[in-house]
Amino acid sequence: MNRYPAWKYVLLVIVLAMGAIYAMPNLFGENPAVQISSARGFELDPALEDVVSDALDQADMAHQGVDKLPERMLVRFENSDQQLRAADLIRETLGDGYVVALNLAPATPNWLSMLGAEPMVLGLDLQGGVHFLMEVDMDAARRGQLERFVDDMRNILRDERIRYRSVRTDGETLLAELRTAEDREQALTIFTRELPELELETTEANETFNVIGTVLPEVLLELQQTALQQNITTLRSRVNELGVAEPIIQQQGADRIVVQLPGVQDTAEAKNILGKTATLEYRAVDEQNDPFEAQRTGRIPPTSKLYSDRDGNPILLSRQLIASGDQLTNATASFDQNDGSPSVVVNLDPQGARSMLDFTNENVGNRMAVVFIEQRPETRMVDGEEVRESRRVEEVISVAVVREPFGRTFQTTGLDSSREASQLALLLRAGALAAPVEIIEERTVGPSLGQDNIDQGFRSVIIGFVLVLVLMAVYYKVFGLVANVALTVNLILVVALLSMLGATLTLPGIAGIVLTVGMAVDANVLIFERIREELRLGNTPQAAIKSGYGKAFSTIADANVTTLIAAMVLFMFGTGPVKGFAVTLSLGIVTSMFTAILGTRALINLIYGGRKRVQKLAI
Amino acid sequence: MDIIKTNTTIDFMARRKIALILSAILIVLSVFSLTTRGLNFGLDFTGGTLIEVSYPTAPDLGNVRSALTDAGYVGFTVQTFGTARDIVARIPADAAAEEGADISTDVLAAMATVDQGMDMRRVEFVGPQIGEELAEQGGLALLYVLFGILLYVSFRFQWRFAVGAVAALVHDVLIVVGLISLFQMEFDLTVVAAILAVIGYSLNDTIVVYDRLRENFRVKRKGTPVELANLSVNQMLSRTLMTSVTTMLVLIALFYFGGEIIHSFAYTLIMGVVVGTYSSIFIASTAAIALGVSKQDLMPVEKEGADQPDVEVIPERFRSS
Repeated sequence: MNRYPAWKYVLLVIVLAMGAIYAMPNLFGENPAVQISSARGFELDPALEDVVSDALDQADMAHQGVDKLPERMLVRFENSDQQLRAADLIRETLGDGYVVALNLAPATPNWLSMLGAEPMVLGLDLQGGVHFLMEVDMDAARRGQLERFVDDMRNILRDERIRYRSVRTDGETLLAELRTAEDREQALTIFTRELPELELETTEANETFNVIGTVLPEVLLELQQTALQQNITTLRSRVNELGVAEPIIQQQGADRIVVQLPGVQDTAEAKNILGKTATLEYRAVDEQNDPFEAQRTGRIPPTSKLYSDRDGNPILLSRQLIASGDQLTNATASFDQNDGSPSVVVNLDPQGARSMLDFTNENVGNRMAVVFIEQRPETRMVDGEEVRESRRVEEVISVAVVREPFGRTFQTTGLDSSREASQLALLLRAGALAAPVEIIEERTVGPSLGQDNIDQGFRSVIIGFVLVLVLMAVYYKVFGLVANVALTVNLILVVALLSMLGATLTLPGIAGIVLTVGMAVDANVLIFERIREELRLGNTPQAAIKSGYGKAFSTIADANVTTLIAAMVLFMFGTGPVKGFAVTLSLGIVTSMFTAILGTRALINLIYGGRKRVQKLAI
Repeated sequence: MDIIKTNTTIDFMARRKIALILSAILIVLSVFSLTTRGLNFGLDFTGGTLIEVSYPTAPDLGNVRSALTDAGYVGFTVQTFGTARDIVARIPADAAAEEGADISTDVLAAMATVDQGMDMRRVEFVGPQIGEELAEQGGLALLYVLFGILLYVSFRFQWRFAVGAVAALVHDVLIVVGLISLFQMEFDLTVVAAILAVIGYSLNDTIVVYDRLRENFRVKRKGTPVELANLSVNQMLSRTLMTSVTTMLVLIALFYFGGEIIHSFAYTLIMGVVVGTYSSIFIASTAAIALGVSKQDLMPVEKEGADQPDVEVIPERFRSS
C-alpha cells in the first residue's frame, strides 16, 4: 500500500498556500505614485502626511492612500496624469527640503502587505537605469592624511619654539629633523602627548637628530572607513538631488561604492551631479547690526551678508571667512561630557585650527554660524517643458555661541536631540572634502531595452515551460501530468521565495528560472524511469512505485548536492547579474527536491495508493 | 511511449576506444584553437566601452563609423546587433579619446549626430582594473567548483569516481571553451556563468550513472567492472536522454526567444548539454573503470580488509594504460 500520513498532506497544503500567498503580489502590477523623501536623507516628520493630504485635498486631487516608511513616503494615484499634477503641487508645497520623485508603488492588496508579501524587485536590466561602480582613491586620502600630520608636527614645533631643520613625509612615514638631541627629546615628549595617532621612534642621521613617525594601522583603517563613509554620505545627498525614486548606494569591498539609479537615463547629468562637491563655511555673526532691520529696509552693511537660518529668520554674517569645508577633517555626533546633552564634535586641520583659534580668542561670547553651500540642479516646468538649471544654494545650518577659545577640536552643544546632532554631523561631513572618487564601471540600460528584456525573458520562460509540460504528459501519461503539477508548484515556490527574500529579478535570474524548469523534471524522470524498470522486472505496480521512489532518492540527492556546490561557488564569486542566476538556480534545486519527491508522491499515492488492486500504471 | 527501446544492451564500453579517439580529437582541436586563435574576450575582461543604440531607420554603418572617427576614436568596432536598426559600438580601453567614464557620454553624442531620433539601449563601461579582477575571479571560481566536487564525490563515493567525474568535467569545459574559441564567440561574464552551469549539469548526469554503477557493484554478484559499467549506462540511458531533451527544450526556447543579450549564454549551455551528455555516457564511467574501480571499493565498509589493494581483481586489459 502506498499511503502518506495525514501530516504530510497538511505540510504540502501549508507550503503550497504559503507559496501562493507570497508569489501572488507579483500579479497585481503597480500604481503610479509620488515619492517624498528628505533632501538630506533624514527621517520624515510624521506630521508631513497631514501637510501633503491637506494640500491635495485643497486642490481637489484624489489620492489612493499613503504608504509610510521612516525615510520616505509614497502617495498613490489612479493614473499617471494625476500623478504628474500632484507631483508639481507637492513640490511647490514642500519646497527645497524635500525630494519629490515619480515612482511606481506595487499595487499589492492590503491583506497581502499585512502578511509581508511583496512583489519581486526588478533589476536595472529589466526596468532600465544606471549602475555605477565608484572607487575611492585611498592613496590620495592617505597622502592627504600624511600631509596633515606634517602640518601638525610643524605647528607643534613652532608653538613650542623648538628649532627644526625640516619636517616632511618620507614614503609612508613622517620625518622630523632636529638640530640637537635635547630638542629631539623635547619634541618626542610633545609629539607623544599631542599626536596619539602616531607611533614614534628616534634615529640618528649624519648631522641631524630625527624623529620618525608611523601612522598606526588602526588609524589608517579608520581613515579609509571614514573616507568611504563620507563619500557615501555625499553621494547619497547628491543622488537625492536627482530625484531618483529608489536609489541604492552601498559599500562594496574596502574602497568601492555601488550606485544604482533605477529609471535614470541621462547618464551625463547623473555623472555630473555625482562628481560635484558641496562645501561649507564658518562665518562670524554680525552682532553690530539688526538682521530684521536689514531685511526690512534692504540696507545691508557692506562687511556683512544677509542669510536666513533654517527657521527662516534673517541673520547677518560677516563676509570674512573663518574656516571652510576642506579644512574640516571630521564631524561626529556625540554627547557633552559635562551635562550629557547631544553635541557634535568637529575636527579641523592645522590651517583651519589656527584661524579658528585666532577668531575665538577675540570673540568669546559672540556667535558663529555654519553655512552649507551647494550647486543644486532643479527641474522646473516652464510652458509645459522641462527646464533644467543649477542654482547655488546657501543655507545656515548651525548658529552657536563661542564659549571659550578653541582650535583643532571643538564641540557644538545646545542641540535639541541626538537626532539633530547626527543630522548636523551628517551635513558637516557632506560639506567636507572627501577622498576623490572615480567611476570604474558603468552599466546603463535604456527603458526600451529593459521592456524588451522583460518581454523576452517571460516569453522564453513560458515557451520552455509549456514545451516541457507537453513532453512530460505525452511521455509519462498520468505520471507526467502529476510531474507537471509539481513543476508548476515548483515555479510558484521559486517566485514566492524570491519575493520573500526581497531578491532582485534580473535577466540572468530569469535564465536561472528557465534552466531550473528544465532540470527540475530530472528528479521525476529518475523516479519514473526507475518505476518502469521495476515494472519490467515483474514487480507489482504498488511495489514498483514504492521502490521506484525509494531507490531514486539517494541518486537525486547526490546529483542535486553537486549542482548546488556549483551554484554556491557561482554565488560567492559572481557579481551582480551572475549572482542573480546563482540564487534562482539554487532556490530552484531546493524547491524541486521538495515538489518532485514529496509532492508527486503525495499525488501518486492519492491516485493509486488507496486501490487494492492496480492492474497497470499509466506511465 | 519510450524514446528509446527499453532494455537496451548497447556495448558502450566496447566503443570506448572510438569515443576516446573522438574526445582526443576534440580536445586537441580545442587546445589548438585556444593557443592559435585564443578567446574573443568580451568587455567584462578587457575593459572598454560598449554602447548599443537603436536608430529609427537602419543607418549606414559607414556613417556611424565616420561619426566616431570624427570624434577622435580609433580601433573601435561598429556592428549591427540583432536587427539592422540596432547598432553596437565597442571602444577598447586604450583607444579612448576621453578619460574614464566620460567616454560613453561622448560616444553617445557622436552617434546621435547620425540620426537625432536615436534611442539609447545600453551602455557598459568597464575600467581596466575591474577586467583583471573579473578574469581572476572567474578562473578561481572554476577551480573552487572542481575542488568542491572532488571532495564531495570522494566522500560520497570513492576517490576514483571523484577523479573520473572531474576528468569528465575538465573534458567538457575544455571542449566547450574550445568551441567558443573556434567560433570566436564573445567570452564574457554570462558565458562564464553558463560554463559553471554546464559543470553543474554534466556532473548531475555523471553522478546519476555512478550512482547506478555503485548500486550494481553492490547488488550484482557476477560481472566484470566493464560489464557492470555497460549495464549501468544502459539502464540510465533513457533517463540521461530524457533529461537532456527537457533541458534542451528550455534552452532552445531561451535561445530563440530570450533576446540577443542571452544568446551566448544559451548557446554555451546548449553546447555544454550535448558535450555533457556524451561525456557522462562515454567518458565518466570509462575514466572510473580505467582508474581501477572495483567491487571492493564500493562495498559497505567492513572492519577488516576494507582498504585492501584492489588491483588484482581487475583484468589486465582494463588497467589504465
